[in-house]
Parts: sequence; C-alpha cells; structure tokens
Amino acid sequence: METKNSTRLWKSYQKEIADDHYYYARSCIRQNFFPASEKVFLKILQEELQKDIYDDPHHTTCTGIAYHSDIIPQETTATVIARHFALMTELGYENLAISCVTSFGLYTELLETWKHFPEEEAKIRELLWKATRREFSIPKNLAHSSDIIFHNREEINNKSKRRLVNAKTGQPLKVVDHIGCHYAKLFPEKGIGGAEFPYVLTGMVESWGGQVIDYPERRHCCGFGFRQYLVMANRGYSVSNSKKKFDSMAPYEPDFIVSNCPGCSMFMDKWQYTIAEMEGTTYGKGGYGIPVLTYEEMAGLVLGYDPWDLGLQMHQVSVEPLLDKMGIDYSKPNKYKTQQPNSFPKKPLKLMV
Amino acid sequence: MQTKTIAIIGAGPAGMEASASLAKLGHQVVLIEKKASTGGHLNNWHHLFPDRRPAKELLQKLKQEVNHSNIEVMVNTAVHEVKQNDYRYELVLSEKNVINANAVLITTGFELFDAAKKEEYGYGIYNQVITNSDLEQLFQADNLAAQFKKPVKRVAFVHCVGSRDAKVNNHYCSKVCCVTAVKQSIEFKERMPETEVFCFYMDMRMFGPYYEELYREAQEKWGIVFIRGKISEASQTRDGSLQIKAEDTLASKPLRMNTDLLVLMAGMVPAEGNEHISRQFKLAIGDNRFFKSKDNHFDNQLSDTPGVFLAGACLAPMNITDTISQARAAALRIHEYLTN
Repeated sequence: METKNSTRLWKSYQKEIADDHYYYARSCIRQNFFPASEKVFLKILQEELQKDIYDDPHHTTCTGIAYHSDIIPQETTATVIARHFALMTELGYENLAISCVTSFGLYTELLETWKHFPEEEAKIRELLWKATRREFSIPKNLAHSSDIIFHNREEINNKSKRRLVNAKTGQPLKVVDHIGCHYAKLFPEKGIGGAEFPYVLTGMVESWGGQVIDYPERRHCCGFGFRQYLVMANRGYSVSNSKKKFDSMAPYEPDFIVSNCPGCSMFMDKWQYTIAEMEGTTYGKGGYGIPVLTYEEMAGLVLGYDPWDLGLQMHQVSVEPLLDKMGIDYSKPNKYKTQQPNSFPKKPLKLMV
Repeated sequence: MQTKTIAIIGAGPAGMEASASLAKLGHQVVLIEKKASTGGHLNNWHHLFPDRRPAKELLQKLKQEVNHSNIEVMVNTAVHEVKQNDYRYELVLSEKNVINANAVLITTGFELFDAAKKEEYGYGIYNQVITNSDLEQLFQADNLAAQFKKPVKRVAFVHCVGSRDAKVNNHYCSKVCCVTAVKQSIEFKERMPETEVFCFYMDMRMFGPYYEELYREAQEKWGIVFIRGKISEASQTRDGSLQIKAEDTLASKPLRMNTDLLVLMAGMVPAEGNEHISRQFKLAIGDNRFFKSKDNHFDNQLSDTPGVFLAGACLAPMNITDTISQARAAALRIHEYLTN
C-alpha cells in the first residue's frame, strides 16, 4: 500500500471530539470480558490527562445486543437510551463518552433517526416521561471512548514509559487493528478515518511507535455478528469468520491485535483457543496465539502500567510473548495473584498459555 | 442578414460541432474554453466504441471544422460574469475581456466521477487500481504489458462506479460505461491474450447500434467473463495483487478472487463550473444536477432563459454520437431564434 495515499484518505475523515467533561456510558459486556479496560480508561482520563469524567452507577445496558438480535422493540431501546441522556442532563453534562461500539452505533443511529423523524423523538420523550418522569437534552458531543484516546494520543505519547517497539531489534511492532462494525460501518462519517480505512486505532499505534498491517481481510467481521454467535446453531459461521481473518493476517506475523469493540476483542481472543482445539492451528510463534488487546490496555502498556493491573491475565491468548518483545519487566507469580487456589481451569490441549 | 454573434461555452465535441454548424450558417461564433486546449475528454481517449475509431481522428475532424473564419476560439478563458441587456448577453471573461452575444450555447459537458470517493475500491490507495480514463492513457503505448510493474495475469473491470449509486447521490445511469468496459476488455485481451478478463456489472445496457454485437464478441471470441454483481471491496495481498470480494447474483453465491489489476468504470458527473453558469444565466438544474432543458421531447436544446441553449453531456450522460446530434440540433434552434 502507498502509505502516503492511505494516510491522506484516513485523515479526510475527522470529527469533533469534546476536550473535557464527559458523562461515561459503560459497556454491559466489557466489564466481564476485559474488566480492567474501563477502569484504565477512567484512570488515564482522570489521573494522566486531568479530565473530568463521570462514571454513573445508575447507567444500564443500552439493550444493543437484544436490539440487534431482534428480541426487543425499537421503542424500548430508544427509551432506555433516552433515560441515559436524562441522567447525563440531570448531572449537568453535555458530552457523552461511550465505551461500547454497539452502544455508540445505537446512540448515533437514534440521534440520526430523530433528525429525520422528529415525531419519533417526541414519542420517546413522552414514553420516558410516563415511565420515569425524566426529561433530557440531546448530547452536544457523542464520542466513542477510543475517539477520546485518539484525541489525546500525543499527550499520552508524551507521558509514555514504553513504545510499541521490539526492545531487542528496535523495529516497530506489527499491529493488526480491528474496528467494530458499529463504530463506522453504520455511519462512516462518525468514525475517525471512515469505514474503509479507519484511522482511530491506527493513529494511536503510529503515535506510540508501532506499525499497522494492511492485510486482505482487514475489514472482515470478527465473527461475533450477534445472531451468528447468539444462536448456537450459527456458531460455526462465527468461528469460520474469525478463522478467515486469522488466516489472512498470519503471514504478516503480527505482534498483536488491537480492537475498539467488546465483541471483536472477545471473539478474536477466545476463538483462537477454539480453532486450536478444533484443528490444531495456532497463529503465533511456538504454539502461542496472537495476543488481542483493547485500546485501553495498549495505552496502559505504553503508559507503563503493570500488565496484571491492566487485566491481561484475563485473556485467553497469553500476552507474555508480547510483553517480552516490548521488554516489559513483569512478575510471573503475580499473574494470578487474585485467583483462588485450585480454581485454575484446565490448560488448553493445543494453544500454548 | 445581419451578422449575429453566438457565444459557446465549452469546447468539447458539442461546442466544436455546434460552432462549425453555426459558422456554416453565416453566424459569428466565439468558442470559449477554460482549459488550454479544445476537444474535452476526447483528448484523453485512445479508441471509441463501438467501432474502435481512434479518438484522434474525431478530434482532428472537429479541429478542422472549427478552423473557420467565423469562429474565434478562446482557450484558457473562463466566464466570470454575465449581464443581460434586452436580448443580448454581455459575458465578462478572464482578463476582463467582454463579449456581446445575441445567443449563448452551453456545452460544458461532464467530468468523470472521482473514483476515490468509492473508498472500498482503493483508488488512489493501491497502485493496481485504475480508472477507465487511466486505462485509455495506457492504451496509447505500443506495448501495454510494459506499462505495468508486475505481470497482469488477471484484470477485473467494475461497472457503474459512481453511477446508479444512491450512496454517492448519483441515481442515474452514465450510459456509456457498459460499452466502454466491453470495448476496453476486448482491447486488453487483444494486446495481452494470456490475461484473464472479468467484468462485474449490475445490468448490461447495450443501447446503441452494434453495442450488443460487441458484447457478444467479447464473450464468444475473447472469452471475457461477465459476472452480475458489484464488488464490495478490494484489498492488497502480500504478493502485491488485489483481493476482491463480490456476489455473483445469478449464481447467488459470494465470490472472492485475486486480481492483478482493477479497472473502475468511472461514470459521468456534472462539470464543476455548472453551478456558476446556472447562477449567471438563471438556468434550471435537474434532480440529477445536470442542466434541465425546457422540454425533454420537443425543446431539449432550449433552456428556460430566452437566448440560452443547451447541448451535449451538460444535459445528461451521453455518447459522442448523441452529443454531435444535439450540437447540430442546437445550432438549428439558435439559427431559428436569431433569424426570427
């Protein structure tokens, strides 16, 4: 690829991202899959960047999984999201920072719908009032939390303790970036870099010393796809999509994958175990997999945080090969320091951990 | 007959042919072209469909025609401002030249759709992605194979790039891309017989004489494969080729293949300056953003503004045959207008 050309295209998609004072909308699934990521996001914003961000315990799921699985009416989803807007309004915030890309896509879709069909907005306002006696203002700024990290990537770089560089060779780490479909494929203009050549994660990787790989199946779905996974009979379809991506990226020997979507991070991490068990294929060197990081975890490593404080021990694919490449001094015994004795799962048969 | 002056804006095939026709009828013509040379897109084309006539031949004939004592050609000249005085138009041109015209003919033509807007094809990103216009430039060389850095074992043409596409707000068909793809794929096969050629189309619109025959020849004689389906994305592989994904809608199957070259059949869009011209002459613009004629059956060359006429691809996408017919029709309508 002509890097200069692609950068030009990536940079042609920009959007306004608020500088400060965010109301944080957490993800319903990330707290289970990658429990430290959201905590790290808050820590980076509050402690490293001195930003004001409010983590509201009254916030709930956006209903996105149910919505995309066709088991909940649109009005219910819209009313739940309207309640989040009301919570934000009541606290005096105007900028929404959304942790999950499906929530981000859904919030964006709702606001776009209301622009074209104001009567829908009026109906939802009425439903919310009847149900909760709450009112709301439309957020002034809607950003995915990866947008906010992207927005502050140079400041994070200035505070960095480590680079995305192979400590032995000095070469940039080779990174696969993967954007959640609902981040930019629904509304390309709402994602930094658009849908075809997204720049949000690439920008972080480049600022922090790494190099992004452009491989043929870069835009392909991770395999989650909601109904592909949630309907058990379709799970073969889900894993085959992930396999297609791994087969396509493996020849480039990526050092790690970074994603901004809860589902993508989870499936690209866990399906590597499944594929190894099913057919004995592993995609990293020496029987290991390709580590999968969230962008907060990547930022945390760059800022010098302890890998186990970032929750990297929760990953299916072992991150140690990556930590070794980056020259990170970590404690092996501490990896499972919070784990109850005799509660370790069986080791996989094929995938090295 | 008192000599009347007609200003013609745009010196592509329509403007040139109309100039020649009006000059022959005894009128004075000022042919205004904002670019450095006359001929418009013909300058960029190698051969024309369906008979593969060299574009240069047509260009030469048009240039001979406008080499007439009644025609003044002004290149590198733009129309900045227009004032109407009764039935005369005062055109303020570049460097403050002023022309007084009894009638004005708009022949501003079209521009090629910017294929980079269809980001999924990677034009401007991957070197192996070119447009129909780029390919015509490559055809100018004697040795086509030598124009590519790597051997081209397979080439894929994508029809309807920027046409019939709601996502880029171009709902119309650009008409000429199907037959251009057929012509170019045959030319490719003639020059490089070992290359596999695929065309990805939505519908094959072979509307003109001998177009359908050319389409048949492409399949029967040259073995070009036509697949009904649009390409959804192109990405680069490790060996420097492109991986493309499409759906074969006749077989109802998704399709993935590698290709060494991807040719995008960029459609026609209204010329950039049309908005300015429409404001100056108070001309109506259609929903498709091309100029709108007074009556698309009987008064296709007339605008709603008296004394201002329209011809060629500034009205809608069209081939050169229709463009020349429209130019001559416009000349006749202008002659009628000035003599009555």
